[in-house]
Amino acid sequence: MPEPTTPTPWAAGGVGHSPIRPDAEAKVNGAFDYASDLAFDGMLWGHTLRSPHPRARIRSVDTGPALALPGVAAVLTAADVPGKLHYGLIEADQPVLAPGEVNYQGEAVAIIAADTLDLARRAAALIDVDYEILEPRCDAGEAVAAGDCFRYQPVRVGDPDTARAAVVVAREYEVGMQDQAPLGPESGVAVPAPDGGLVLHVATQWLHSDLDQIAPCLGLEPGRIHLTMAGIGGAFGAREDLSVQIHMAMLALRTGRPVKMMYDRAESFLGHVHRHPARMRYEHGADADGRLVYVKAHIVLDGGAYASTTEAVVGNAASLAVGPYNVEHVSIDAWGARTNNPPCGAMRGFGGVQTCFAYESQMDALADALGLDPLEIRRRNALAQGDQLITGQVVDAVDPDKAAAGAPFSPLRDLIDRFADLPVPPVPAGRDIVDLPGGTGNTTHGEGVRRGVGYGVGLKNICYSEGFDDYSTARVRLELGGPEHDGEPVAYVHTAAAEVGQGHWNLQQQIARTELGIRHVVLLPNDTKAGSAGSSSASRQSYMTGGAVKAACEAVRELWHDRDLADGPIEAVRVFRHRATKPMDPVTGQGESHVQLALCVHRATVDVDVELGLVKVVDLTCVQDVGTILNPVALEGQIHGGTAQGLGLAVMEEIITRDGHVANASFTDYLIPTILDMPPMRLRIVENADPDAPYGLRGAGEPPTLSSTPAIVAAIRDATGLPLTRVPVQPEHLTVRRPS
Amino acid sequence: MTQPATGPAAATAAVTAIRVTMRVDGAEVAADVDRPGESLLSTLRDRLGLTGAKNACEQGECGSCTVLLDGDPVCACLVATAQCEGREVQTVVGAVPRPVRDAFVQRGAVQCGFCTPGLLVAVADLLRREPDPADARIREALAGNLCRCTGYEKIIDAVHTAAATMAGDRP
Ligand code: FES
Ligand code: FES
Repeated sequence: MPEPTTPTPWAAGGVGHSPIRPDAEAKVNGAFDYASDLAFDGMLWGHTLRSPHPRARIRSVDTGPALALPGVAAVLTAADVPGKLHYGLIEADQPVLAPGEVNYQGEAVAIIAADTLDLARRAAALIDVDYEILEPRCDAGEAVAAGDCFRYQPVRVGDPDTARAAVVVAREYEVGMQDQAPLGPESGVAVPAPDGGLVLHVATQWLHSDLDQIAPCLGLEPGRIHLTMAGIGGAFGAREDLSVQIHMAMLALRTGRPVKMMYDRAESFLGHVHRHPARMRYEHGADADGRLVYVKAHIVLDGGAYASTTEAVVGNAASLAVGPYNVEHVSIDAWGARTNNPPCGAMRGFGGVQTCFAYESQMDALADALGLDPLEIRRRNALAQGDQLITGQVVDAVDPDKAAAGAPFSPLRDLIDRFADLPVPPVPAGRDIVDLPGGTGNTTHGEGVRRGVGYGVGLKNICYSEGFDDYSTARVRLELGGPEHDGEPVAYVHTAAAEVGQGHWNLQQQIARTELGIRHVVLLPNDTKAGSAGSSSASRQSYMTGGAVKAACEAVRELWHDRDLADGPIEAVRVFRHRATKPMDPVTGQGESHVQLALCVHRATVDVDVELGLVKVVDLTCVQDVGTILNPVALEGQIHGGTAQGLGLAVMEEIITRDGHVANASFTDYLIPTILDMPPMRLRIVENADPDAPYGLRGAGEPPTLSSTPAIVAAIRDATGLPLTRVPVQPEHLTVRRPS
Repeated sequence: MTQPATGPAAATAAVTAIRVTMRVDGAEVAADVDRPGESLLSTLRDRLGLTGAKNACEQGECGSCTVLLDGDPVCACLVATAQCEGREVQTVVGAVPRPVRDAFVQRGAVQCGFCTPGLLVAVADLLRREPDPADARIREALAGNLCRCTGYEKIIDAVHTAAATMAGDRP
C-alpha cells in the first residue's frame, strides 16, 4: 500500500492537467438529470401567477374558480405562507407571495399545483386578482433624488475639485439591463418527507443560503429540510436568488405530494434578477503626459424593486470605479436605486462590468485627446506593486521573481506588453461574403465596411469582499477500495459546492489526486448534509472550495503517515477561509475591502458596415493573468464563455423595459450570441502566481466578461468615429450622424 | 431515483385523446395525446419521460430540443406530436455516433451541457452530410443552437476532431 511521505501528483488527472470531466459522459448521452428532467411518482406540477403590473395594490384575490377546476390540488396566496412573509439574499425584503401590493411586473401573486403543467397554467388564468393600478417609479435617477436607495457608497481621496489637469474629458455612459440567460430554466421538485419535513431537489448556486431563506418562510426547523443539488444548466448569477424553491415547498407541504416547478423562457426572464442597468457620469482629468490627475464619477445602478445583492454590487462598482489605474484625487458617488423595474442582482462581473465600460471609454477618450496610443495611456497609469486602489488597499501578491527585478512590478503593464507579439490579424484577401457584417444576409460586398481595433482592461475582485465571512467546507474520507478500484485507496469528497458548468467537480478530483497521490476520487452528491461551500459566484469556488478540499486532503495525508488504511478509513473535515477583508468606510470608501484582484485585457477587431450599422467582430485576443493554471481546458472555456457574454452586452443583449414592463422576454427578442456572432478567440494566458491563494491561483471566470465589452465598443468607435457611450451598441446608434 | 411521471391523461380522462405511435431511438412507443397541438418535445419529456432533448425556449430559438425526424433535424418544440404517427425520432440517445460524443468530451465542448444534446444531434447531421466541414460551414450549420457557456470555440474544435476520427474510421 502506498504511504507517500511527499504527495506524488497523479500525473494523468492532477492539478495542472485536463482530465475528462466526471459529468461529461452523462451530459453527452442524455442521462444527466437537470432539475427540469426530474420526475417522481404521483408528482404534481406547480405554476406561478405573476403580476402584469409594475406597481399596484391588490384589492382582492379570488382563487375559487381556479380551485374548482378538476385536477387542481391547491391554490395558495400570501395568506397561506406558513412562516415569514419575506426572503432575500442579504436583506429579507422580497415577499414570498405579494401580500397586498406588487412592486414589479412579474412579482409572484399566487401559486397553483395541478396534475399537469398545462392545467396549472389554465388554473392560473382563472384566478381573479383585483388590482388598483398605481403609477410606477421607473427612473433610477428620480429614486436617487428621492433618497430611495438600497445603498449609497462614496469614495473620497485627495481633492479633485482643486486638482489641475491639462486635459479633461467628461461624458455620460449607459449600460442596458443584461440577462444571464442560462439555457437551463429555473426548475426543481419538492418532495414531502414522512416526518413532515421536505426534500428539495434544486438547481442553485448556493445550497445553504437557499436553506437559510427557505426555512423561516416555511416555518420549519432548517434540520427538517434537506436540499440536494439537481443538475444545473448554467447560472451566471441567475441562480443566486431564490426562484421556485419556497413556492414548490409550500405546494408540497399543502398537498402532501411531490411538486415540480419549471419556468418557461418568458417566466424565466421575469423570475430571476438581471444585471443592473447603469447611468454613469464620468470626468477624468490628466496631465499633458496622459497621467491621471483626478476622476469624478456619479454611478447610478437601478436595483429594481427588491434588494437582492444590490448592496454588494454597489460596493464593487464604487471600489473598482476607476479600474487598475493610479489616481491621486478621486470623488466617486455610487447609488443602488429602488424602483419598480425588475429586481437586479448578481450577474457574472457583479458591479465591475458597468464601470469598466465607462472608465475604459474614458481612457480611450483621454488617449484620443492627447494623441496617445490606447495601450500606452494604460501603461502609464497602470497600478504597480505598492500602489493603492482608490480604497487605499495596497496592491500586493505579485509574482515574487518579478517583484525582485528593480522597478515595482505592474501586473497590468506585464499583460499589456504581451500584445507586442500578438499582431492584429490582417484583413484576409478574397473574403467570403459570409465573413462580412450582415453575413449570410448578403447585405454588402464590402463597400461600406470599415475595420476598427480597440482595447479594454478589466479589474475584478475575486471572492467576497467588505468583511463578509467567506468560507467553504470539505469532507474527505480515504478508504481502501474494493475490486472495482483495483484495491487502491479511494478518496470520497463531500462538499456543497455547485457545479454550474464551470468544471468545479473536475477540479475537486484533480486536487484530491494531487494531494493524496491516488487515482480514484469519488464525489458525493452536493447537499446540505455537507457544510456550506458558499456560492458558485465571484469567481471564488476554485479558491474557496478548492482551498477546502486541498486542506482536508492535506489533513488526511498527515493522518495517513501513521496509519494503515487496512485498519479503517481516514477522514477529515476542513473549513477554509480567505484572509479577512474590511468594510468600506461609509463616508470615504476607504478600507482593504477585497481579497484578490484579477486582470484581463482584450483586443477586439471589428468590421462595421457604416451604412447599415451592422457589426461583425472578427477577432478577440485576450491576455489574462490567472495566477496558476489548474485545468487548461476548463480555464480556456471560462475565458471563451466570459468573453462571449461581454460581446453580447457590447452589441446585442438588453432587456427592454417600458414603464416597468419587460418588452422582450423571449429568445426571439432578447438575443444572445450565436456561433455566427462569435469570432475566433486567441488567448495568451499568463501565470503570475498569487502567493496567498491555493496553488497560486487567481479566479478567472469573470474578468473576461468585463474587458471584452469596452474593447469591442472601442473597436467600433475606431471604425466609425462615433462616440458610442451606450451599450449594447445597436445598428441605429451607428447610422445616425454624429452631432457636430 | 427518478421515475417517469405517470401519464396525466388518466387524471383528465374526459378529454378525447389520440394515440400516436412512433419509434424513438429505435423503440416503438405510443402516447395518448389529449392536448391539441402538443409538441413532440412535450410528449417526449413530460409524457414518455424521455428527457434527452432539452427544453430551453419552446419557440424554436435555441436548438436545445433538436432531434432527427425521419433523419432530418428539427426543433422538437415546433413539431406537433400528432404529425409523428409512424415516424422515426432520434434524440441524443440514438442519433449521435460515438466519435462525436467523444470529441465533445475530450475537447471541452461541454460545460453545463444543457445545449449539448441538441448540438450533438446537429453535429451528427452535419457530419453525415459533410464529412469534413470548414469553420464557416460549421458556424452556418450550428447557427440555430445557442450555447451560453462556451463561446463556441471548443465546439468548433470538437467538430473538427470528430470529423478527423470518423475519417480515420472509414475504410
Ligand atoms: S426548446 Fe426548441 S428550440 Fe428551444
Ligand atoms: S454548455 Fe452550457 S449552454 Fe452550452
